[in-house]
Amino acid sequence: MGILEVKGVGKRFGGLQALGDVNLSVQENTVHAIIGPNGAGKSTLLNCLVGKLIPDTGSVMFDGQSVLGRKPHEINQMGISRVFQTPEIFGDLTVLENVMIPCFARRDGAFRLHAIGSVKSEKGIMEMAETMLADVNMLEKRNMHAASLSRGDKRRLEMAMCLVQEPRLLLLDEPTAGMARADTNNTIDLLKEINEKRNITMAIIEHDMHVVFSLAERITVLAQGTPLVEDTPENIKGHPKVREAYLGEAH
Amino acid sequence: MLGLNKKDSTLLLIVAVLALLAPFILNPFPEGSSLAQFNAGYPDLMQRFVIFGIFAIGFNILFGLTGYLSFGHAAFLGVGSYAAIWMMKLLTLNVIPAIVMSIIVAGLFALVVGFVSLRRSGIYFSILTLAFAQMSYALAYSVLTPITGGETGLQLKATDRPLLSNLAEGEIGRASLFGVDMRTSFELAVGDWLWTFNMGYYIAAVVMLIAFYVSMRIFRSPFGMMLRAVKSNQQRMNYTGLNSKPYTLAAFVISGMYAGLAGGLMVAMDTQVGPERMFWTASGEVVLMTILGGAGTLIGPVLGAGLIKYMENIISKINSGILHEWFAFLPDGLEDALVFMVYPFIGKGWHLTLGIVFMLVVIFLPGGLVEGGQRIARLFRKKKADTPSDKDPEHHPKPTPHVAE
Repeated sequence: MGILEVKGVGKRFGGLQALGDVNLSVQENTVHAIIGPNGAGKSTLLNCLVGKLIPDTGSVMFDGQSVLGRKPHEINQMGISRVFQTPEIFGDLTVLENVMIPCFARRDGAFRLHAIGSVKSEKGIMEMAETMLADVNMLEKRNMHAASLSRGDKRRLEMAMCLVQEPRLLLLDEPTAGMARADTNNTIDLLKEINEKRNITMAIIEHDMHVVFSLAERITVLAQGTPLVEDTPENIKGHPKVREAYLGEAH
Repeated sequence: MLGLNKKDSTLLLIVAVLALLAPFILNPFPEGSSLAQFNAGYPDLMQRFVIFGIFAIGFNILFGLTGYLSFGHAAFLGVGSYAAIWMMKLLTLNVIPAIVMSIIVAGLFALVVGFVSLRRSGIYFSILTLAFAQMSYALAYSVLTPITGGETGLQLKATDRPLLSNLAEGEIGRASLFGVDMRTSFELAVGDWLWTFNMGYYIAAVVMLIAFYVSMRIFRSPFGMMLRAVKSNQQRMNYTGLNSKPYTLAAFVISGMYAGLAGGLMVAMDTQVGPERMFWTASGEVVLMTILGGAGTLIGPVLGAGLIKYMENIISKINSGILHEWFAFLPDGLEDALVFMVYPFIGKGWHLTLGIVFMLVVIFLPGGLVEGGQRIARLFRKKKADTPSDKDPEHHPKPTPHVAE
């Protein structure tokens, strides 16, 4: 049994069947990539996992519990963190504050009226955030406004915000989309490091084959809303069905 | 001091000193001089400075921190006022129960309005709050006349017999604090100068200082940080395991309570209330105050409230006779021409002046008066030394939208 079990998930937008009948099982402590051509339903699937969309059919179980019908913040509190295609951070806040917020969320839950105590007196939270920033080599930037960071640093910060929660499953939505080659390689190194050091289960949605084959241990290929194959990277590389899906039937 | 860092303590101290010495500071010109009309140190206006200061401080907790622009905050002020006057009519002429009641009632009303309005954000939220406020105004104006006194509003009357106050037959009650009349004033004359120290003003000023201190603590608290997170990126907040709804609702209720407090204090000063206090222009005024002073800054809203109330009371007093006096040294034709040009901006035209000031501030100082102050301070600091400043990162006016990429 995997930590994330997706069974028979389907989603229809008007006349478009975005997801047909998706079955997926992500095993604990692996890096699982979901690939597929444009419009294959990768993002729709991800949105069904985090509570942004509710599938029409099927079930999504995380660690034995259903995530369907739960709000995004409840799903996050269950242990699923998400990295977005374009980094979603708190631009008006400082880098340190950006990392402190998930620390508060982890300690105090979804809401706590903590209106009189000072942020500066929260030593434990501050230390936790600073340790995390040191881990991703951003400690010296802790007082900068997050909006003024470079694209790569924003990605790094968003990753730190997710990791500091010690999630049981990290979902990454095209983490290298629109990045230059050097940034892409940095991100790959960062993810490799995270995987080795922290042993976090990851599910990556990705376009870039270079990224996928450098990281993934299992790969699911999605085409037109249904999974074509699920296998190891070695087997996927030469698989005729995959070539067909990516290059078209004429080849 | 009091759980604040050094910089905030200094700010609080400066505000406290300014508030206590306001009767001197606002009356810099001797009585009878031609500049005496610019004196603002009379009790009625000073009370309004601090009461609208409280209103704007509370509004800033919602608008400045979460970015939710409420266009109906005057409704809470009005509801607080009605609650306060009923306490004085029925229970006691002491202002403390009246003020406490106004905070509670306004808070409960804000809970209801906020619960409904916060289902939407952006312009839809603003319109919902505006609709609520206008409904409250309409109710107070006509439907609820037995409770609100309709168009004429409510005043203390000779027929009012508060339970805990001993009034002689036919005597009209006066607001008091443990027997001390709020209208008690002490006048100090030195040479041509005249300074008035008013009981009501000092009570309102102390309440304003407490309100300012509480808002400082909220700004620096984890709760305040969460509210800034709501403004910055609600999506990230939800995907970080935080429920943004109760945070915004709490901010809405707190700022509603501040508005109720301001309404209660108004009644404590003049013991009357009318529905026009809830009219939408009153809601708009607090928005102007906050933006003019600097939304999201600590002291900005108080400065904005002061500036608007000063202009409303001082500029509107200038008439064409005074203008002719000012320009009397010029040749007749030129004098008439100048008076003709300036006249639309004074007296009843003070709104025109306010509009121009507002436009200039929004265009050139998007961070409000506080940003203006910071720019001046930076100029001086640069002249002194080119060392990097250790500014508090929490106390920034928000970066201007058109500059941010």
